[in-house]
Amino acid sequence: MALSKQQVLDWLLRCSEVFAREQVFLTQLDTAIGDGDHGLNMNRGFNKVAEKLPSVADGDIGSILKYTGMTLLSHVGGASGPLFGTFFIRAAQVANAKQSLELSELRLVFQEGVAGVVMRGRAEPGDKTLCDVWWPVLGSLGQSVQQQINVIPALQQAAACAEQAVQTTIVMQARKGRASYLGERSIGHQDPGATSVMLMMKTLAAVVEEAG
Amino acid sequence: MKKLINKVESVLSEQLLGMSAAHPELRVNQEPVFVTRSAGPVAGKVAILSGGGSGHEPMHCGFVGEGMLDGACPGEIFTSPTPDKIYACALVVEGSAGVLLIIKNYTGDALNFEAATEWLHDSGIPVATVLVDDDVAVKDSLFTAGRRGVANTVLLEKLLGAAAVRGDDLDALVALGHKINNQGHSIGIALGACTVPSTGKPSFVLADDEMEFGVGIHGEPGIERRPFTTLNQAVDMMFQTLIEHGPYQRTVRVWDRQQGIWCDEPQSKQALVRGDRVIALVNNLGTTPLSELYGVYHRLAECCTEAGVNIERNLVGSYCTSLDMQGVSITLLKVDDELLSLWDAPVKTPALRWGH
Repeated sequence: MALSKQQVLDWLLRCSEVFAREQVFLTQLDTAIGDGDHGLNMNRGFNKVAEKLPSVADGDIGSILKYTGMTLLSHVGGASGPLFGTFFIRAAQVANAKQSLELSELRLVFQEGVAGVVMRGRAEPGDKTLCDVWWPVLGSLGQSVQQQINVIPALQQAAACAEQAVQTTIVMQARKGRASYLGERSIGHQDPGATSVMLMMKTLAAVVEEAG
Repeated sequence: MKKLINKVESVLSEQLLGMSAAHPELRVNQEPVFVTRSAGPVAGKVAILSGGGSGHEPMHCGFVGEGMLDGACPGEIFTSPTPDKIYACALVVEGSAGVLLIIKNYTGDALNFEAATEWLHDSGIPVATVLVDDDVAVKDSLFTAGRRGVANTVLLEKLLGAAAVRGDDLDALVALGHKINNQGHSIGIALGACTVPSTGKPSFVLADDEMEFGVGIHGEPGIERRPFTTLNQAVDMMFQTLIEHGPYQRTVRVWDRQQGIWCDEPQSKQALVRGDRVIALVNNLGTTPLSELYGVYHRLAECCTEAGVNIERNLVGSYCTSLDMQGVSITLLKVDDELLSLWDAPVKTPALRWGH
C-alpha cells in the first residue's frame, strides 16, 4: 500500500489543526529555553498552509510539498521558518510528478528533507534540535522498508520512535539555536522544534491509519 | 500583562503605521512589511539593509535614513523576518551598487538572511553580508551557536552607513564591517525580565538581590544568575568581563559572491587593552530610567580611566532594547581616526541624528 496524494493533503491540513491546538504547549516549551514564540510561529505558518492548500490540490505531491515549504518559509520566521520550510522544499524535489508514494519513496522524500535541514542549520546528533527526532524517524522508516512492513504499521512505528526521541532531547544540553546560550540550564527541558516534528509524525500516522 | 496594545496579532502593523505617520521621511511597506527611506534608493551607493525581530526599538527601523540604513526588515516580536521580506526590501533599496545585509548572530536571523542572500544572488543582485557577534557573555562557540549580535550592531550600522555614503564599494564595506565587528564587545545584565505580548508573562522572575548576568536581547535569561548589590558592583563585573575576554577565534560564515557559496572564514576578535580608544555605548534594555543609565556611564568612565581605556565618543540611551526588560548593556568599540570620522559624519534618522 502506498501513501496517496489525498493522504498527503489530509496530513498537512490536519497539521494545521494540531499546531492550533498545541500552540500554547509548544510556546510553554519554548518559554523555558527560548523566547516563547515557537507555537505561535508554527501555528501562523500551518494556518497559512491550510488556507492556501486547496489552490494547489490539483498538482502532484512534489508541488504540494514545495508550496507548503515556501509558505512556511514566508510566514513562520525565526529559525523554524527556514528549517521547516527547507525540509518541505527539499523533500518536494524527490516527490516530483508523484501522485502517490511507496514507503521507500516516502523515506527518500523525508531523507532529502532532513538533508536540507542539516545543510541550513548544520545540526549534529545530540545538539538538541529537531534533527534529533528526524534522524531516529529516518532510521525507523529505513528499517521498515528493509523488512517490507506495510505503510500503516511503519508510520505507527516511526511516530512511536519520534515520541521516544523527543524525550531524549530533555537530557541534552543545547548546542544550537537560542537554547544554547543557556548552557547547562537547557538540560531538563524538552526541545520545542523536536516536539513539532514529533507532532507532525504522529499526525501522519493517524491520518494514514484512519484512511486504513 | 498590561500593555499599550490592542491585539497581539496586530501589534507590529499598528506600531509601524504610527512610526511612518510620525516620520514622513520613512516609507512603510505593508505587504510584506519593511521600512525604507521615502526618498528612494541612492544611485551608485551600496544599499545598507538590516533587520531582525521587532521589540528592539529603535533598532532597526529607527536607524533608517541619511547616513545609516537604506532599509530595515522587522519581523514579528523577537522573531526574525522571513527571506521573502528581506528579498523584497533589498529590491526596493538597491541603487545599482549592490546590497549589504547586516545580520545579528542569532540562529533565526542568520538562517533567514542566508536564504535571502541566495535568492538575491540568483536574481543577479550583488549582495554581501556582515555578521555581528559582539556579546562576550557567550564564551565557547563550539558548544553554542556562537556569540550573539547585540548593541554593537547600532555602532556598526552607523559606521557602515557613513562609509557607504563616502563611496565604499561592497567589498570595502565587508572588510570594514568585519573590522568593526572584531573590535566591538558587549555585555548585558537584567534586573527584571521582559514580557512578550504573545505569552503575556515575564520570561523569568528575579529576587530583589539577584540579576541575570550576560543577557541577550530576546528576553532569554543570561548565562548565569548572580547576586546584585549595587550599581558599582554590577558595572565592575560587566567591565571585568569586557576587558578580560581576550582574543577570540571562530569561523564566520561568509558569502562568496564570485562562486555563489557560503565559506567558513577564520576570524579573530581583538581584546581591549590599555591605550585603546573606544566609543562607549550604555544601552537601555527597556525600562531602565535614563538617570540610572547615567549612573552606569559614570562608573563605566571610572573603570575605563583606571584601565587606561580612552572613551572618545559615547552614546547613552535606548538604542537596542529588549521590550520592557529592566536592564542595561555596555558596548565598547575600539576605534581609530578613520572610524571616528565615520562616526562624526552626518546622520539623519528618527533615533540618531547629528551634523545637519
